[in-house]
Amino acid sequence: MISHEDSMRILIADDDEDDRTFFSDAMMELKMNNNLTLFNDGKELMDYLANPDIMLPHLLFLDLNMPRKSGFECLKEIRADLRFKDVSIAIYSTSSSEKDIEETFIEGANIYIKKPNDFNKLKKVIKEVLNVNWQFHSSGLNKETFFFSI
Amino acid sequence: MKLYIKYDGIVACRVILQEQLERLNIKHKLLDLGEIEISDSVSDESFAELQDSLSRYSIFIVNNEKSQLIQKIKDTLVEMIYENDKLPAITISQYLSEKMNFSYGYLTNIFSDNTHSSIENFIIIQKIERAKKLIIEDELTLTEVSYKLNYSSVAYLSSQFKKVTGLTPSTFKRIVDKRRSLSN
Repeated sequence: MISHEDSMRILIADDDEDDRTFFSDAMMELKMNNNLTLFNDGKELMDYLANPDIMLPHLLFLDLNMPRKSGFECLKEIRADLRFKDVSIAIYSTSSSEKDIEETFIEGANIYIKKPNDFNKLKKVIKEVLNVNWQFHSSGLNKETFFFSI
Repeated sequence: MKLYIKYDGIVACRVILQEQLERLNIKHKLLDLGEIEISDSVSDESFAELQDSLSRYSIFIVNNEKSQLIQKIKDTLVEMIYENDKLPAITISQYLSEKMNFSYGYLTNIFSDNTHSSIENFIIIQKIERAKKLIIEDELTLTEVSYKLNYSSVAYLSSQFKKVTGLTPSTFKRIVDKRRSLSN
């Protein structure tokens, strides 16, 4: 059984350095023993994922607006590849438009996070997301209909 | 004289297991580390002998009653939510304690201590999961779904749905439909 004690492999791609730091600090303070890897943009992330020898992540956070390759492009490419079918994808964006949210779910995202601008809120959101994702994986629920917007 | 040895603990352990199981004529398959599949039933005597002989190597058969009990709670709840045409009218606590012959207090404590979640939360997630299926099947109205799953009103189902998924039932349905038409 996967449990919170096992380390969860998490990747995040975000071109904003402050956001990346903010995110990894929040993750660190949660002390949930996660293994977090940061990428500066979508291209860097996709180059990493292209390597067949990597241990696949459990959860992937994607910023929507990135140079070179946007989060939306990454999402489409990842969902077109069956190798990543068990990876949960969380969109992490400043946009809170219903259209953006729906669009990403339709393209295969599982989680949509409206970037909070307060550190404590971010911590709360990450904790909630990790919890929901874990529940989903450990309770044998249908991944095709796993959507969570927060 | 001093001898220096090197050894592989995993291989050693597998060989010991194999030898002991064969000695007792127990048909088996060694799975990944820590798991053995036994094909036939084993008499109490051989089981005791196996336990006994393995313990000499500090190998113990884990008989974790707690995790078995938690699995049973989950199975009972899932069965209740999925198998019945309509959820039973009695309270969950009554249902569980009757089915399992333990007090509800005992069951909730064991569940919460070992799953990072509560029985109540598990039920909510499973009920919403069933609601998702029913919504996608599109044979029942939302009112009928809420009746089937024992919600006091559609509004209550919708708000719980929104809480668990962040979406309204109708947005959820639209997303699933569009996703399907995309993949066809």
